[in-house]
Amino acid sequence: MTPEPTPGGGPARRTVLAGGGGLALGAAVAGGAAALTRDGDATAPVADSGAAVPFHGPHQAGIATAVQDRLHFAAFDVTTDDREKLEKLLREWTRAAERMTAGREVGEGAYGGLPEAPPDDTGEALGLKPSRLTLTIGFGPSLFDGRFGLKDKRPGALVELPRFPGDNLDPARSGGDLCVQACADDPQVAVHAIRNLARIGFGTVAVRWSQLGFGKTSSTTPDAQTPRNLFGFKDGTRNVAGTDTAALDRHVWVGAKEATGGGAWMAGGSYLVARRIRMNVETWDRTPLAEQEDIFGRDKKEGAPVGKAKEHDEPFLKAMKPDSHVRLAHPDANGGAHLLRRGYSFTDGTDGLGRLDAGLFFLAYQRDVRSGFVPVQTALAKADALNEYIQHVGSAVFAVPPGVRDADDWWGRGLFS
Amino acid sequence: MRAVRTTAVTALAGAAVLAAVTGCTAKSDAKAEGDGVTVTAKDDSCEVSKKEFPAGHVTLNVENRGSKITEVYVLYPDDRIVTERENIGPGTKATLTAEIKAGSYAIVCKPGMTGAGIRQAVTLTGGDAAAPKRSAEMDAAVAAYRQYVQAQAEETLPKVKVFTDAVRAGDLEAAKKAYAPSRIGWERTEPVAESFGDIDPKVDVREDGLEEGQDPAKDWTGWHRLEKALWQDKKITAREKQLADLLDKDLADWVKRVGTAEITPTSMANGAKELLDEVATGKVTGEEERYSHTDLVDFKANVEGAQKSFDLLRPVATKNDAALVAELDKQFAALNTLLDKYRADKAGYDFTSYDKVGDPARKELSDGVNALAEPLSKLAAAVVK
Repeated sequence: MTPEPTPGGGPARRTVLAGGGGLALGAAVAGGAAALTRDGDATAPVADSGAAVPFHGPHQAGIATAVQDRLHFAAFDVTTDDREKLEKLLREWTRAAERMTAGREVGEGAYGGLPEAPPDDTGEALGLKPSRLTLTIGFGPSLFDGRFGLKDKRPGALVELPRFPGDNLDPARSGGDLCVQACADDPQVAVHAIRNLARIGFGTVAVRWSQLGFGKTSSTTPDAQTPRNLFGFKDGTRNVAGTDTAALDRHVWVGAKEATGGGAWMAGGSYLVARRIRMNVETWDRTPLAEQEDIFGRDKKEGAPVGKAKEHDEPFLKAMKPDSHVRLAHPDANGGAHLLRRGYSFTDGTDGLGRLDAGLFFLAYQRDVRSGFVPVQTALAKADALNEYIQHVGSAVFAVPPGVRDADDWWGRGLFS
Repeated sequence: MRAVRTTAVTALAGAAVLAAVTGCTAKSDAKAEGDGVTVTAKDDSCEVSKKEFPAGHVTLNVENRGSKITEVYVLYPDDRIVTERENIGPGTKATLTAEIKAGSYAIVCKPGMTGAGIRQAVTLTGGDAAAPKRSAEMDAAVAAYRQYVQAQAEETLPKVKVFTDAVRAGDLEAAKKAYAPSRIGWERTEPVAESFGDIDPKVDVREDGLEEGQDPAKDWTGWHRLEKALWQDKKITAREKQLADLLDKDLADWVKRVGTAEITPTSMANGAKELLDEVATGKVTGEEERYSHTDLVDFKANVEGAQKSFDLLRPVATKNDAALVAELDKQFAALNTLLDKYRADKAGYDFTSYDKVGDPARKELSDGVNALAEPLSKLAAAVVK
């Protein structure tokens, strides 16, 4: 890996900070493995360093990247029927994303321009570090409905999810022609990114819904502890590791062989399922400890599977209750289906009945949803003991194209060319 | 100037940042900070670094060293607002810029954003020579807009009289019918009316817009007070008849003064943007006409007023930024088409009652407003470039 040229010219904030602060971040960014982190993850600098994650590459950042602390996820409707205008926006978005992920301002910046004009950048990220911001774009099934002549480009794997028992989906919080996932270690950096992309998009796209996530619930770094969800448990401990290239190729990245015909542009991409899962935390909190542990199939302290000592110990599924969450969700129970999970806990305040409007904003990347999320969720929706305490209230699926290769490439070039 | 966030980090105390904050432009040849006038606002004083300075492009660097949030105005001798900046928090700085001709003015700080404030008399020198020289095209645009504003005000009075006559006659249904049409001219040109400062609070304030210490029973006047009487209370009493008289009188004052409003190409462009801001914050939400639900009539009038400014500025803007003009044409057309879905007669102002417009439809309207307002916010720069 060689150092990235700074998008847009000029010094990148990260190098200046690295020099001024006496931290060897430049080496960490450029050398990748040069800096071992607190988490033991060789691919990404520690969160506190606030360094930048390279934007260019064969795959989009924000998938295998070590999971950042905060999320702002937005789904957009395309409001124009002009394909050229949409392409132009995707190019503009790509350039803005290059700048923001490098810790730079959008366009001509937040100050210093014409006093009569509103500044290009909204300014709230001034003085903040890049904070490992990643911006990841996805294309929803509705983008391929014929408005933009993309019908023939719809990959076979981009299916609408079936209706699962218990789903109570709000259409206003579901679907979307496009999505952008912004992950960063600083929430203001993530919100700044979505806000500025939405602003650039006015007149071409409109935000359909968006979701803030305040705490990560997954880890893509194999040796790290799995962060707890709002039920107080570790879940998804057998996540695909961002460093395990063999597992990524097997379970996450779309291979060149299956990306054929109209869907050839997806080689190196992935499929994203987003589910807003409301958690009834008040009733859960009244549940006895033993029952909580039975429901998950883990102990609360360690997160160890039933009868085991540590969270990463191999579970013995038959020791668990048949309706326990781990048993039903485990790859061995689902034909080996592995998901790369990147979900975040959320609360959107309270619901008017004095209850936390809280839950899990579930994000999972996979090579094919038909052999990934769909079989797993089919099993869970049917029998999971956890269903008494959760409800899926929002849902979306997106085709996530491969990475932007360089400063001339742009999000969706393969799809539109 | 290409701004990099690094500058703020590494050169926080440097002159480059200060120059940027004073709002220098590429065009103004990087004025040093000393060229501006410093206003130091405290809780009990309003200090001005110079009492006499050249007319033309004036920059006020405001620093709030008080403990209260403040606002700063530049006023004409008759208290018309030249320019203003609200919500300057304690310990923060703000910059006001305006084109100001030679003459006597007052700089006013309002700690706590209420009351008469603390005044400083200032003189701008240099006569007309120092005033910005505008092209004939710009002067034509301003003159045409001034005529438009005057005509809108004059045409509004008789429509208001239909409304107030109905109120005075105690005819509830006739008054309801005449209410929304009586507001169209006002809504089209509202930023100009608002520049007078004192008329808007008399005729167009909502109950929640009253200041602390004001009594709704006594101090709330104007259209929305009558709107509440007609739709909510469903009765016309002697008080409403009195308020009808007052509305006539206050609007007659508006007609008399509107011709003297200070209008510049920049204020026209910003006024257009402000009309869309009005739509975004008041109409799309249904707050403006919460009893009558005639929000879409105001909405349409706001868009028409913005479009008028834009059309008059088109020749100037086209030279500087043809792509922006093309985008604005497209977005005005799109929003007007969207609004037409809510009226059967395209020539009339009989719009669907806003309480009948569901959330998905309101979202669509909001998206349309954003699509237009974002490029419209760039019109002022395209005019002065």
